[in-house]
Amino acid sequence: MYVIIAGAGKVGWNLARELIAKEREVTLIESNHGRYRVVEEELEHAVQYGDATELWVLERAGIQRADLVIAVTGDDEDNILICQMAKEKFGVTRIVARVNNPRNLQHFRLLGVQPAVSATDLILRLIEHEVPEYGLIQLLALEEEHLEIIEVEVVAGSPAAGRRVQDVPLPDGSLIISVLRDGSGFVPKADSVIQGGDQVLLILDPGLEGQITPQFAPIGSNAAA
Amino acid sequence: MLILIVGCGRVGSAVAKRALDAGHTVSVLDSDPLSHERLDKEQSTTWEDAGGRFTVGTALEIDALLEAGVEDADVFIAATSGDNTNLVIAQIAQRRFNVPRVVVRVADPGRAAWYGEQGLLTICPTQQAIDQASAMALSS
Repeated sequence: MYVIIAGAGKVGWNLARELIAKEREVTLIESNHGRYRVVEEELEHAVQYGDATELWVLERAGIQRADLVIAVTGDDEDNILICQMAKEKFGVTRIVARVNNPRNLQHFRLLGVQPAVSATDLILRLIEHEVPEYGLIQLLALEEEHLEIIEVEVVAGSPAAGRRVQDVPLPDGSLIISVLRDGSGFVPKADSVIQGGDQVLLILDPGLEGQITPQFAPIGSNAAA
Repeated sequence: MLILIVGCGRVGSAVAKRALDAGHTVSVLDSDPLSHERLDKEQSTTWEDAGGRFTVGTALEIDALLEAGVEDADVFIAATSGDNTNLVIAQIAQRRFNVPRVVVRVADPGRAAWYGEQGLLTICPTQQAIDQASAMALSS
């Protein structure tokens, strides 16, 4: 597999190291000459000097035969264009782009640059996972497929606590797929009883969260996502 | 006709003044408030008194584009100093706001040519300089 990485910052350099250690063929492209010299001492011929938003630089790196292009520069416009040209001009089937400013994520989507990875969003997810007050944690969003998986804490005294799975009134388009209890998880059957303190994983159509969380929150509270 | 110009540099400001003189509604967006001076330079009235609009903001921020009137724009001109910024905002104007005519300045001839084939009206000053210099040098 041949991988081109644009941007030899902390992210790009370490990605290149990891992929080379896994015996992938990698070319890293860096436009800052000072930075290029530093990285070149370690990676030697695997790093090239140039502006990866210029077509000839991508061609020199052999983009025509690349299996994967990863754009991780510190500039969102550059990352968008590198991936757009890789995909639409050079026919690269797999691209990954870094989003520096989460507000720019909409532009990556508009121009068909996906997946787009935002470190800020990833850290926010981790924070939400570590801070139970949030109640509902989104674990995975399959945007193309219009599905998401969420984790909800079952509060003692909530409507769902003490009920069998089949008796918890959930909207169509949602399903309890796992129950986490005392550090281990199991896939419940229709007659498995949910207890207060459990963590429940559900798969659902996006937008149903508001109808689901009240079942697991204290009665009368307004604990939504 | 509403003409929205992003980037109030030498090119953007001059095109803005010419379009206003020609009787169009002109809105200029630039992240640097001081760039406004270019619009008043050598004019008898201020840009606003002459009927022009000016918004301070970054074109990647949708709110700034909306404030500058992108939804009603008939023409969008991307003339910031950054090629990649110009190409991204031009495509936002074209695909998200359906602006009928989108003009982009791109200094790199390679990208200008390829994005031109994708339906953007690209202007490449570098290519023009290459053509002109070659013609001048090689004409007998």
